[in-house]
Amino acid sequence: MTNSIADIVGNDVLFIIGSNATEAHPIIGNKMKQAHLRGAKLIVVDPRRTELAEHAHLWLRLKPGTDNALVNGMLHTIISNGWHAKEYIDERTEGFDDLWATVKDYPAERAAEITGVPVETIVAAAELYATTRKAGIFYTLGITEHTVGTANVMNLANLGMVTGHIGFPNAGVNPMRGQNNVQGSCDMGALPNSFPGYPSVLDFEAQKKFSEAYGVQMPQDMGLRIPEMFELAVHGTLKAMFIMGEDPALTDADANHVRKALENLDFLVVQNIFMTETAKYADVFLPAALYAEKDGTFTNTERRVQRVRKAVEPPGDTKPDWEIILELGKRMGMDWDYDSPEAIFEEIRTAVPQYAGMTYERLGTVGLQWPVPTEDHPGTPFLHEGRFTRGKGLLQGIPFQEPAELVDDEYPMLLTTGRMLYHYNIMTRLSQNLEWLRPYELAEVNPADAERLGVVEDELIRVSSRRGSITTRITLTEKVPPGTMFMTFHFKESPVNELTNAEGDPVTMTAEFKVCAVRMEKEPAAESHGAAAK
Amino acid sequence: MTGPAGAETATIQATIDGREVTVPAGTTILDAARDLGIDIPTLCHHETLSPAASCRLCVVEVEGRPNLMPACATELLDGMVLQTESQAVIEARTLILDLLLSDHPQGCITCEQSGGCTLQDYCYRYGVEASTFEGDKRQLPIESDNPMIERDMNKCILCGKCVRVCAEVQVTNAIDFTERGFESQIAASFDNPLASDFCRFCGQCADICPTGAIANKQIKGVRTWDRKKVRTTCPFCGVGCNFDLNVAGDKIVGVTAAYDAPANQGSLCVKGRFHTDLIYSPDRITTPLIKKDGVWEKATWDEALELVAGRLLEIRGEHGNLSVGVLSSARCTNEENYLLQRLTRAGLNTNSIDHCART
Repeated sequence: MTNSIADIVGNDVLFIIGSNATEAHPIIGNKMKQAHLRGAKLIVVDPRRTELAEHAHLWLRLKPGTDNALVNGMLHTIISNGWHAKEYIDERTEGFDDLWATVKDYPAERAAEITGVPVETIVAAAELYATTRKAGIFYTLGITEHTVGTANVMNLANLGMVTGHIGFPNAGVNPMRGQNNVQGSCDMGALPNSFPGYPSVLDFEAQKKFSEAYGVQMPQDMGLRIPEMFELAVHGTLKAMFIMGEDPALTDADANHVRKALENLDFLVVQNIFMTETAKYADVFLPAALYAEKDGTFTNTERRVQRVRKAVEPPGDTKPDWEIILELGKRMGMDWDYDSPEAIFEEIRTAVPQYAGMTYERLGTVGLQWPVPTEDHPGTPFLHEGRFTRGKGLLQGIPFQEPAELVDDEYPMLLTTGRMLYHYNIMTRLSQNLEWLRPYELAEVNPADAERLGVVEDELIRVSSRRGSITTRITLTEKVPPGTMFMTFHFKESPVNELTNAEGDPVTMTAEFKVCAVRMEKEPAAESHGAAAK
Repeated sequence: MTGPAGAETATIQATIDGREVTVPAGTTILDAARDLGIDIPTLCHHETLSPAASCRLCVVEVEGRPNLMPACATELLDGMVLQTESQAVIEARTLILDLLLSDHPQGCITCEQSGGCTLQDYCYRYGVEASTFEGDKRQLPIESDNPMIERDMNKCILCGKCVRVCAEVQVTNAIDFTERGFESQIAASFDNPLASDFCRFCGQCADICPTGAIANKQIKGVRTWDRKKVRTTCPFCGVGCNFDLNVAGDKIVGVTAAYDAPANQGSLCVKGRFHTDLIYSPDRITTPLIKKDGVWEKATWDEALELVAGRLLEIRGEHGNLSVGVLSSARCTNEENYLLQRLTRAGLNTNSIDHCART
């Protein structure tokens, strides 16, 4: 997030696109609803009638995968009405003409045709967002989990810059990161293309810095991204994997392809807390401690680094992940030793400039928001004040592109996926409390589609795509429009990622989890496969 | 109506219990007194909620005013002189507590909230041992048909904090006041159980309840004084809520709110509040395992780590840097991610480390 969570309540307009915050980020969702109570206007862009849509001043029910056409339509409306921030654009950005060269082809009428959102709603949203000073953009995976994810993000940056809404409190472009520490994992360089602190692995100076720090020449080429690893594993080139704290057999798109890759490995190590779907393919299982059994830090979506504190001892022979990696490294010839997570953090301060000014003592109970370059720096509540990190903000025209897979006669329904309130990925299935609230998948289906198919509330149905076929119970709801269904990925009994499309964004290779074409069928011998609902 | 001409005073001066105080205009008597370290008792007040001024326990005596004023909802005005523990104030508070106790079960010995109950604390402070009033007592059934929240409305003092936290902080509006007078109670719509209604089981009502009327069933059975609190960061989504893990002996028994937490100010969702039973799930694996002929066998750490180190180095050595891949985890700490990338780059000499930021 360019801005802080605490800002949200003070915003006058929240432009929320591709984010079901009240379920996926519940406490941010609360703050969005609090802003609404205070009088802020919410513009909610979502094919589903989410809880936030109920609080919205404007709800834009677009067709899944048409976000970019909508944003282009808004940009066209804003610029042609003169609602853009001309001075800000001149002073702080470059590429406006390039942007207009693309956007000029997207008048609101055309955007309406592509997205299914009425012209007057697009115009109203554009005016409200552009002409309100305290207006922020909020998005999550509804924007990024597309074949055009990177393009979507760049176009939201265009929207923020053209209206002059970046670099101030109560504004900005705010991606809400999914996991507790996805921000930190990226900051730490757990990425194939960047070192800790984000220099490219191809950057000579950075290679030199880390070669010297680690006493070993750093590898010279880009590493493999997850989908490439699985692709090469299927081909037999990649032979061994070490997987810590992830369950790609359940959570990655086109899960059957992932399983084929895992099966084909010569050697698989899984480090986790329980026997995940992925671990079933492993040769060695290393049992890890949970967050409550170790010390360390997580970095949240507003770049706030906060302490994790050990409350109890790890059970049995389990060890914190850091101890396991440390011991493994010693056996692999690493000349290293750390007596605590704090000792590792002290090294992180030297490796990651954004963390240089932090200490465990300074983090205390409220943490610090990076960048914190020095020990007397108070932290950074919002980014890009006065100027952009790259100097001038780059405006780039982004033409609309259809999702990779569209409905046809054979697969006439659109399936979109996401999280729900009572579970978080897969680990919460271990909690009896959360299982009591939701013990199995309940796919959302519009009553009109259900009637056509002859299925009823709570019935077990079959859902198939070009990649797989699964069963799930359904709930009938107007939250989804006719022709679209919604499922979560929390339940191994209804593994939705056997259906999803692994076709990825060309830059990030993030799969199109949010759009794929499926067929629903009545399951002949529908049998119950979960505990009774509450 | 137009205000008086001239500049507004940004600060005001007043006298509380004989002590001078200067605070910004708009400060309540309660906040000004707390700045001085004066503890005015409150039951219905909470810093994250709008003032209700319904319990009247925070009344103070302001010179020149005929009646006592609720400190939580009265602005301190320039030149005010007030007493927070005068005879009249003490009498009023004693009477209020006496009235509250007239319809409150006297089973403090077995009440979950004992030791953490604000009503109990104030009765102790003002020496109210039992009610001097006699009358009807509520005989309401206890609602406990879910694993997380138990509601015993016989213990409810109708302070309304649960209603306000549900409406103003969680913005869920699952519960509200129903009925009138003696019949008044807090209920979900149509007096349905929580589980059949709009409630999302965030448990914020249980956390904020000053008595034992709404209990967190996770923590139930462990006395407040037997619980040590450890502040930590939630392991689920990216909001980064902080909370206190409650530890009794060597076991985590539940979660309570940390109201000074920067991202969430005490607010939590159902997962943050009620997930801790998963820590003790029988499905956790507690020893290293090595698969032999397709069957898992228990191993020592030495055996497992030797095997992993040996095989990874062997495969990397024989087949080059495209032959091994490492997945790190957005669920693990910074320290762990940092170490694993160092091990991948320096130990396996490949940049092939990735994690689910991509998905």
